[in-house]
Amino acid sequence: MTALNEIKKSLLVSIWFMFLTFPIMVIKVNTVEQTISWRWNRLAAVGIGSFCLSFVWRYMLKRKETGAKKTALGNGGELSAVQRLLQNPRFFKPALLATAVFALIYPFYFSMYQVNIMTTALIYVILGLGLNIVVGLAGLLDLGYVAFYAVGAYSYALLHIHFGLGFWACLPIGAGLAMMFGIVLGFPVLRLRGDYLAIVTLGFGEIIRLILENWNAFSYGPSGIANIPRPGLFGMHLTIHQSLIYIYFIMVAIVVFTIFVVRRLQDSRIGRAWIALREDEVACQATGIDKTKTKLSAFALGATWAGMGGVVFAAKTTFINPASFTIWESVMILCIVVLGGMGSILGVILGALILMLLPEYMRAFSEYRMLLFAAALVVMMVFRPNGIISAVRRNYEFKGTNEKETA
Amino acid sequence: MDYFMELFLGGLTRGSIYALIALGYTMVYGIIELINFAHGEIYMIGAFTALITISVLTMLGLNKIAILLIAAVAAIIYSSAYGYTAEKVAYKPLRSAPRLSPLISAIGVSLFLQNYVLLAQTSDFLPFPNLIPQFKFLKAYGGIVQSSEIVIYVTTAIVLVILTFLIKFTKLGKAMRATAQDRDMAMLVGVNVDRVISFTFVVGSATAALGGVLIASHIGQINFYIGFIAGIKAFVAAVLGGIGSMPGAVLGSLVLGWTESFFTGYISSDYEDVFAFLFLVLILIFRPSGILGRTDTDKV
Amino acid sequence: MKKGMRMFLLTAIIGLFAVFTLAGSGLAAGTIKIGVAGPHSGDLASYGLPTVNAAKLVAKDINAKGGVLGKKVELIVEDDVCKPEVATNTATKLVGDHVAAVLGHICSGATKAALGIYKEAHIVVMSPSATNPALTQSGDYPNFFRTIASDDAQAKLEVEFALNKLKVKKIAVLHDKGDYGKGLAEYARSFLKKDKRAQVVLFEGITPGAVDYSAIVQKIKRKGAEAVIFGGYHPEASKIVTQMRKKGMKTYFISDDGVKDDTFIKVAKQFAEGVYATGPKDVSKNPMTVKARAEHKKVYGSDPGAFFENAYAAMLALCNAIQKAGSTKYDAMVKALRTDYVDTPLGKIRFDKRGDATGVGFAIYQVQHGKYVELK
Repeated sequence: MTALNEIKKSLLVSIWFMFLTFPIMVIKVNTVEQTISWRWNRLAAVGIGSFCLSFVWRYMLKRKETGAKKTALGNGGELSAVQRLLQNPRFFKPALLATAVFALIYPFYFSMYQVNIMTTALIYVILGLGLNIVVGLAGLLDLGYVAFYAVGAYSYALLHIHFGLGFWACLPIGAGLAMMFGIVLGFPVLRLRGDYLAIVTLGFGEIIRLILENWNAFSYGPSGIANIPRPGLFGMHLTIHQSLIYIYFIMVAIVVFTIFVVRRLQDSRIGRAWIALREDEVACQATGIDKTKTKLSAFALGATWAGMGGVVFAAKTTFINPASFTIWESVMILCIVVLGGMGSILGVILGALILMLLPEYMRAFSEYRMLLFAAALVVMMVFRPNGIISAVRRNYEFKGTNEKETA
Repeated sequence: MDYFMELFLGGLTRGSIYALIALGYTMVYGIIELINFAHGEIYMIGAFTALITISVLTMLGLNKIAILLIAAVAAIIYSSAYGYTAEKVAYKPLRSAPRLSPLISAIGVSLFLQNYVLLAQTSDFLPFPNLIPQFKFLKAYGGIVQSSEIVIYVTTAIVLVILTFLIKFTKLGKAMRATAQDRDMAMLVGVNVDRVISFTFVVGSATAALGGVLIASHIGQINFYIGFIAGIKAFVAAVLGGIGSMPGAVLGSLVLGWTESFFTGYISSDYEDVFAFLFLVLILIFRPSGILGRTDTDKV
Repeated sequence: MKKGMRMFLLTAIIGLFAVFTLAGSGLAAGTIKIGVAGPHSGDLASYGLPTVNAAKLVAKDINAKGGVLGKKVELIVEDDVCKPEVATNTATKLVGDHVAAVLGHICSGATKAALGIYKEAHIVVMSPSATNPALTQSGDYPNFFRTIASDDAQAKLEVEFALNKLKVKKIAVLHDKGDYGKGLAEYARSFLKKDKRAQVVLFEGITPGAVDYSAIVQKIKRKGAEAVIFGGYHPEASKIVTQMRKKGMKTYFISDDGVKDDTFIKVAKQFAEGVYATGPKDVSKNPMTVKARAEHKKVYGSDPGAFFENAYAAMLALCNAIQKAGSTKYDAMVKALRTDYVDTPLGKIRFDKRGDATGVGFAIYQVQHGKYVELK
């Protein structure tokens, strides 16, 4: 009976999708020549495809539900398999070592293309970790994060053109400037909450991009800045492949540094203040946490990483224009954070690697690349709503040393 | 003064266009607090469905007004269906998930629909016929305002009135308001929350579809990407007016439209959007919940 | 249960990666590979996809005739979304795939970002659409060629036409804030400033994709501009022209190659009448063009889009260069490109020292009775 029911359900789904996709998939009009072509075979494909997929979909949903029920019934604090593994030093240490070795030998075993996309992914790792401070820890939804990224990239490009400053000098300057912008943005939005904050940050991101586009005398406008030098290594001449490997290692170092700092921050006083702010603003204030300072520090620190990422980005691409800093970029970084798992460092790293490398590996599907990527985004979110690896809530347990005294 | 009047009318057109999209945005937000990124794409789907219907019907040789009406109905049906499906597939399973998860899912839907239309139809701009007849009485005003603009103003107003009526006075509207206020509580008093949410998506999408047909007809061209830009602007407008509030969405849209129009007219269109966003920031600083938004005080 | 699903997901993801990596590394021997790079998704896809179609048509044609140097031409189509950072990924990918030449990229910005990588790998790049003057004039990119005129050449033609033929005194220069449009508008303004015969009454960027341009149209009217020079693409141009004409304005409208596209006329319909645009010399009667367009229609069921002829010509030029050079060696190819004329839909072309096509004449067109007609 159930099997029959399932088939009936899938049949309905497939009919529904055939109806849904009918005009856009089947009919192709040429409004100029006034001709219509009917592509019925596509309808059949949609029907059969959705019929099969609906089984998979329902099966997966059911599994997810039973899984959720189990955790709800069992001890609520149960950790996932990955997290349990991570907390086990016998697994964690070799895994870390293996990752480190892999990261070190990676550029020598893979092609220039692989190194290049990996470097891009690493840039997004630090962008994700930076935004994670703002969104994941402090709970402030920021849709204009790319603005700080642009600040970093343009500060390197412009400082190089006007003052001949090199990459290493610009890295801290870019980060510092981005931090200042973070504070500047932070002030007016202190009062705002939730989605009002999101829209203002979105506006801020767009303002930065539009200024870069319009103010030719300052930013060279939409035609961008070309021939930005790659970072030098003691004045040696490097081929592009070599300098890409060099940038790759710079990025690995920055990522390690970032992980170190973010971990420290998370466990620090200010980190816990952020989490308190995220959970409940009023209660947080009531406990005597300075809301202004906490929010501003989140914005400023988040922006710093973006600025650093921007400098490396400009050095890597050697060409920047405002087209790289659209709102889609902010959205992608936000996807990294949420998909990876808000507040979880490992989650964000995995999120960045998946979201940045997936479209590249999906090149095999040529024109269907972005379609599949979008579908993957929805599917991943539906089946892992808390992100790939959700953050572990730190529990401070009272271990009961005083039991004897009370007894 | 003429110049002012013309800019005023231009701003009104822009504002009304934003409003038709912003209304759906604000409805969905009001009920499940989701920034429905895919709303702009629903509008685009509506425009495409309308274009396809129109082309098919034109070949059958129907009367222009009839074509327009049938196309609008088809667009509404299909947009609603897409909105409904998107909700069922991508947002409903995430109802109990963290607040940002449905947002990412919505971004995925938006990207999916864009690429779906790009692949199934074309990447090129397609001309969209102007089916709104020229009103004779407008001739006297020397082309200050076109008939399509008048239709847009009137439709926006009618849609606002109907939606307000729907929400204020019908049973379903009551259920919607209850769900918006407190979903769990609404469920307890017997509101079928799932149905109410689905219904909200259907109505919001239908509004967007209507907007799609009218705007496409006014602008005269569509492609798969029109939804994104319009969606962002409408979202800004909805927030400006106070998200969740229907008159707020319309007012916010009009304010945004006028801001852009006057800034372009008197200063420069180079920084039109910069100014629009700065204006938004300013308003939100003084009224953190938008022009007509409710200011909730936190309870502990 | 939950653990099982995790494992499943994990294996699925790993499996997916493995499949893609393997699929990416598949090598086909005995073909001549040509990379086709440009935006194939996202908002600018409509400027990148026609080039892919053109390349496919040419490749099919050439392969049917026995290929180049006895080998089949194989296309490697890669998306760059018109973004510099993705363009470098695309470039390294194509270099890794050992392409003999690259047709693309479409946007000037993406082209500039990618060129350094191709330059070091000694790969010839030919763009059908990147018009930024610096690409050929700076001397930084010896491996770059293009089958389209640069911004300054087009702007010069537009300005001269406005001053000499239309004899206007007040000109409004508009652009779409984009790489292409703004560059062109900047040149137009500087030429107008040097020549004192006319005055630039308005220089502004409009927001692309906006739903309504009535404010800027009012402004043009108020400033008393007799002509508008617009730098940008046809979607914005048609909206502006339509609104101008509906308001009863008879202002001349002069634009660029991005507007000299049949879609413009189809969208703006009767309002397009009288619009001027620059573009490559009339090639519509060139038998190659006729054939190429007819074939596109047969295969894809629609008229070709933006830069189709330029891309068709570029693809032919690249294949010809490989054939004439006798190999895919960089120096020989460059020499062949510079010395040998090749028949293309744009006419008989070769390339000068800087990489610009010679023999591609530019002309002013006007829309007359729903068609672009070359003005002599």
